[in-house]
Formats: sequence, C-alpha cells, structure tokens
Amino acid sequence: MSDPHEGHHETHAAPFPHGTKQDYVTGFILAAVLTAIPFFLVMSGIFSSERLTAFLVLICAVAQIIVHMVYFLHMSPKAEGGWTLISLVFTIIVLVIAVVGTVWVMYHMDANMMPGMMTEPPAN
Amino acid sequence: MAITGQEIESSFLFGRLTLDKFPLDVPIVVGTFAVVAVGGAALVAVVTYFRLWGYLWRDWLTSVDHKKIGIMYMILGMVMFLRGFADAIMMRLQQVWAFNGSEGYLNAHHYDQIFTAHGTIMIFFVAMPFITGLMNFVVPLQIGARDVSFPFLNNFSFWMTVGGAVLVMISLFVGEFAMTGWLAFPPLSGIVASPTEGVDYYIWGLQIAGVGTTLSGINLLVTILKMRCPGMTLMRMPVFTWTALCTNVLIVATFPVLTATLVLLALDRYLGMNFFTNDLGGNPMLYVNLIWIWGHPEVYILVLPAFGIFSEVTATFCGKRLFGYNSMVYATICITILSYLVWLHHFFTMGSGPSVNSFFGIATMIISIPTGAKVFNWLFTMYRGRIRFELPMMWTVAFMLTFCIGGMTGVMLAVPPADFVLHNSLFLVAHFHNVIIGGVVYGVFAGINYWWPKAFGFRLNEFWGRVSFWCWVVGFWVAFMPLYIVGLMGVTRRLRTFDDPSLQVYFAIAALGALLIAAGIGAMLMQFYVSIRDRDQLRDTTGDIWGGRTLEWSTSSPPPDYNFAVTPVVYDVDAWQDMKEHGYQRPLSDFKPIHMPRNTGAGIILAGISTALGFALVWHIWWLAAVSFLALILGAILHTFNYNRDFHIPAATVTATEDARSRALGQAGQTA
Repeated sequence: MSDPHEGHHETHAAPFPHGTKQDYVTGFILAAVLTAIPFFLVMSGIFSSERLTAFLVLICAVAQIIVHMVYFLHMSPKAEGGWTLISLVFTIIVLVIAVVGTVWVMYHMDANMMPGMMTEPPAN
Repeated sequence: MAITGQEIESSFLFGRLTLDKFPLDVPIVVGTFAVVAVGGAALVAVVTYFRLWGYLWRDWLTSVDHKKIGIMYMILGMVMFLRGFADAIMMRLQQVWAFNGSEGYLNAHHYDQIFTAHGTIMIFFVAMPFITGLMNFVVPLQIGARDVSFPFLNNFSFWMTVGGAVLVMISLFVGEFAMTGWLAFPPLSGIVASPTEGVDYYIWGLQIAGVGTTLSGINLLVTILKMRCPGMTLMRMPVFTWTALCTNVLIVATFPVLTATLVLLALDRYLGMNFFTNDLGGNPMLYVNLIWIWGHPEVYILVLPAFGIFSEVTATFCGKRLFGYNSMVYATICITILSYLVWLHHFFTMGSGPSVNSFFGIATMIISIPTGAKVFNWLFTMYRGRIRFELPMMWTVAFMLTFCIGGMTGVMLAVPPADFVLHNSLFLVAHFHNVIIGGVVYGVFAGINYWWPKAFGFRLNEFWGRVSFWCWVVGFWVAFMPLYIVGLMGVTRRLRTFDDPSLQVYFAIAALGALLIAAGIGAMLMQFYVSIRDRDQLRDTTGDIWGGRTLEWSTSSPPPDYNFAVTPVVYDVDAWQDMKEHGYQRPLSDFKPIHMPRNTGAGIILAGISTALGFALVWHIWWLAAVSFLALILGAILHTFNYNRDFHIPAATVTATEDARSRALGQAGQTA
C-alpha cells in the first residue's frame, strides 16, 4: 500500500539498496562453493571424526547464512538508516537467548531427581 | 502407545461431529444458548429494521480506517470480556458452594472447561484486543500519520482475531472446550489424555487469532518506524507510542514461538508424532519451556502499552511534562530485553538445578527495577503538579496502588525457594490477577475514559464512571485478598471441591468481591449507555477536551477520515503542547487532495474462510478443510489482483470538513 504521506520521508531513512549484477554473481559463487564444501566433506569422508565434519558443515552453514543476507537480502549498516541491521542484531539476540536458554534449561531438568534415577551428571 | 489408533466414529460429511456432541443435556449451556440466540436474533432484527446492513458492511466491517478497526477491536474485547467474566463468576460460585461434601453445581468436566476458557479468553480475546485496539486507534494519531502502513492487513488482522474468538465461542455450544488449563500443557493436552475436540478448538482458535496478532504487530511496528510526521524523531515520540513500539517488537519476536509450539502439539495430536509425549523420545517439559518463552514476553506485551497510557494520562492531568521522559523510554527498552530472560520463573519446580533457578530468579528480580523507575517517574510527575482527578487519572492512581502490591508479591514468587511453596497455589492466582487487573485492565479503562471523547466526540458520563471505579477497585481487593491468604496457607489453584470447611469463609468473601466487580462492569455498561444517550450534553467541540499534550488532540473529535488535513511538523516532545504554547494556527485554506486507502471486503472473507478451516480441522471434516484451504489460498491470490486500492479525497471535501471544524471551534468560543 502506498504511503499516504507523499513527499514526507524520514530524514534518516536511506532508500533500500538494490544489489548490482556483480553482487549477485559474487553471492551466487560464494553460495555454491559453501554448498559444495559440506557435500565434499561428507561424501569423501576426508575426516574420520564425525564431530569435526559436523562442526565444519555447521561453519559453512553459518557462512552461507551471512552470504545470503549480505548479497541477496542486501543487509548493510547503511540500509534503511541502519534499521535492518538493528533488527537483525535483535533477532539474533532473541534467537540465541531462546536456543541457548532452552538447551541449558532442558539439560538441567533432572537436577532434583533421586540419585539413582539420574541419567546425567548432577547440575552445576 | 499407539497414538493414532483411537477408534472415534467419523463420517465423511460431518467428520467427528455427531448430534450427541451438542450439549443438550446441560441446562446451563442450553440456557446460555437460548439467551445468545434471542440476543443475536434481536440484534439482527434491529439492524435489519433500521436498514443498517449496508452501512455496517461499507463503513465498518470492510473499513481499513485504523480508527474504526481500533474501535471494533475494543468492541470485540468488551464482548469477550463479558464471556470471560461470566466464567469467573461461575468459578467463584462453584468454589463457595462445594464445601461440606457438596459437589457444587458444576461437574469436573464442565468446571475444567470453564477455568480453561476463562484464562484463554481473558488473555487472547480480551486483553489482546483491548491493547491492540488502543494502539490501532491512538498510534497513527500520535505520530501524525493518516493510517497505518498496511491498511488492508490491519482489517485482515482484526478479522482473524475475531475468527479465533468465534471458534472458541462455538466450542461452548458445539462439542467442548479444552479441559487443560489455559496453556494446555502436555501430556494432559496430548491425544491420550485429551482424545476429544477440546484441545483442537484451543489450538486452532489460537492459531487463527495468532496470525492476526503477528500481522498486526508487524503493521504497527512498520507504521511507527516509517510513518512518523516530519520532526518526530524517536526521542520525540509520545511515551504511549514508545511502549507500543516495544510491545510490537515483542509480538513480532515471540508470537512465532507460540505458533511453532502449537504446531508441534497439533502434529502430536493429528499425525501421531511424539514431540511432547511421555514415551518414544518425547518430552512434555520442552513444551512448557517453549510456551513460556512466548508466555512471559506476552505479559509485557500486555502491560507495556498500559504503562504508556498511564504516562500520557499522568502528564495530561498533572498539566506537566512527564518526569524523566528519557528514563521512561530506556526503562521500557530494558523491560523489553529483560522480558526474554525470565521465562523459567514459571516453572522453577519442574526440576532445574540451583544454577538455572537462581539465574532466572535474579533476572526476575532485576526486571522489577525498571518497572519501579517508571512508578517513581509517575509519582514525580504528580509531585507539585495541578492534578485533576478526572476518571482516567483516578484509574491511574488506583493502578499505582494496586500494581505495586502485585509487583511485590511477584518479587516474592521470584525467589525460587519461596516459589516451591507457592507454586500453583491461589497465591499465584491472586498475584497475576493483581498485576493484570491492576496493570492491564485499569490501564485499558483509563485509556477508554481518556480517548473515548477523541473517538466519538463526547466524553463519558462522570457519575457512572465513578460508581464503576469504586466497585472495581474495592471489588478487586475483596475478591483477591482472600486468595492471597488461602494460597499462602497452601490451597492450590483449579480445585473444584474442598474438604476443609474452615476455608469456606474466604471463598465467600472472594465471591462477594466478584459480585462487586460485576457491579463495576454493570456500572461501566450503564456509563456507556447513559453517555451515548446524553451525548449532546457531553459533546466536545474543541477536539482537545483534557488539555492534551500529544498530536491526537490537535485534530477534531472524532478525527476526520484523513486524521490531519495538513501533516503536522514536530519540534519537541509533547508536540501539541509545544504547538499551543507557540500560538499554532490551523491552516484554513489551500488544502490538497488527500491520498487514502480504499475499503475492501477481502479481510473479512479470508478470515471467514480461515474460521471454517479451523472448524473443519477441529472436527476432522477433511473435505471442508481441503476446500476452505484451497479457497483461502485462491482468495489471497485473487486479492493481489485488486489494483483498485486507493483514492483521493478531493480538496473541496477537505476544505468543507475543515470549515465545519472552524465553525465548531467558533461555537466553542475559541479562536480558529
């Protein structure tokens, strides 16, 4: 829906940047590479440790997310007067709180069980 | 173990819906149905007799005007409030009755539905519509905008909320509602313990309303960030708009958690998955954890705008700039962040160790600090102010007295060892009613009395308002003090019968309090009736009845469709006060055509289809579910091809409206 305030835009809001062709190509190549690496790691079985492989795949996944946000969603501190970056940081904070908090809480849920019933070492 | 193997009769045409699902054998429900049917028929007859259907459809139901949508939210909240309060009265009656071997008048099946419906309705369909309604009405006016960012979405959000409410109301007469408590914890809400449709009504009612809430959160968030008038920087926004901003941030960030949690529960129930079951790797405690990640911020979603209302009211009726505007803003932001860090205090007793419990206990105590800072800000605003004890200000003072007690019992509950004693007791019930009634409900009442003249152009009757106020305030303490006492003695919540006869007197006092509150509600309805009847005596032509300080008071009451003929320019906090002090002159000529969004019926139609989809899913009527789902997708796509979405109000119309306002102002003895 169009803005009824024609001609009045916020003083600090820059228009949303649109990527150049070069941006999209760079993004595409990076995304493809970051997809290929995990496939290679798992299919070749180059590392014997599953933990290490999983960890590297996870790193690639995070890098992939950042590539998408920078090159396809055009996240930058300048976009929309910094609002997109602020909301991104806020989203990450909330997600980290929810995920880390949940893992922490659920791991400690059996802290008050009878000693014989505990499946995990006592809390703290 | 086999979860989906339950044999429940099901036909193609009606799914699991059979004739014996209509509770014709329960006199209370049949009586209620008769009253609702007669009332509904009378309403339809009146609307038809006065030929109002076209007017209703064109000017209200399909309206994308944020003011009308706000008013419709308030009406929804008020209707559902009467339903939720009827549940409350029934519980109070049952609890005072069921002593000395008596079973009371409600069986367990019925009683459990009532306390579940009471909680669900009061939070999702009373408090949320009230808060969203006030934000919808006030925020665009306070920021000098002509509507919200996405006017159609606003209409759609409202009707989705109504759809959820309708589904919950249908459960009263068709089948049954959940018997699980208002958050439907598994394993009780799982398919093994609750094989009937009650929990499904709960899930789909909340999911449909949740879509509306999330979209309206996005809408208001974007509106506040993008549509402020020139000069209104963030730190010049009225405090109510600030709290609305933080509340909508919370809505956008947390309602998806609720949605996801309920989706998982629905998958457990419909497809035999095992996220929250006791066996096969499921964990019911994860549900409790997830739902409170939404549930605690939800409390602040409700109370932050109430704090905003009190801030506006205090500044206006003390005739002073709000004390500590900056600290008020930062306190609001602090509460927004901290509200994410306290959810575990709802289940200290579930088994976490001391490290987890003390972290969340301390976080909970910390959150009371910014809240306390706000109370001091209000008090310092009142200090040496010229306080006018009009109704909104009376509700504000009552809030401060009531809410502080509620906050203190909250800090008591934040201490994990104390919580182990008080968990699930009536002490807890008294505590959260103390903060929600004392905070949110009083805030909404202050807001209604404060902004009613803006919405309708006449103020509310003072006498009945005062009657309502005193009945409510006294009734609250009479109703909930006994619950604090018996809760401290160890009486748990949700009990249907009692063994100990010495407790009966407490429940009798609590029931008396509930009756006083009922009188307060009656007086409030009377206040509305009398005010509408005497609207000509109560008329306000100035548009600024209270000597307001923020932009909504700079336009007429009720505001014209376009809110502001000329977009205001802001130089200070309390923009309207600043404009008045600098001898602001209304522009009287040279108006330009105003670009406005056009009404559309798409919102109510799509929400109606969604409600049908919800009903079909509740009763496993798969053909209806498939048809309505396809219709929903198709309808949404078709709506995108509607390019006839806006129009211009001609300059002549604007001029005529503004001239009428000039004449009204002249009559009111003011210089135009």
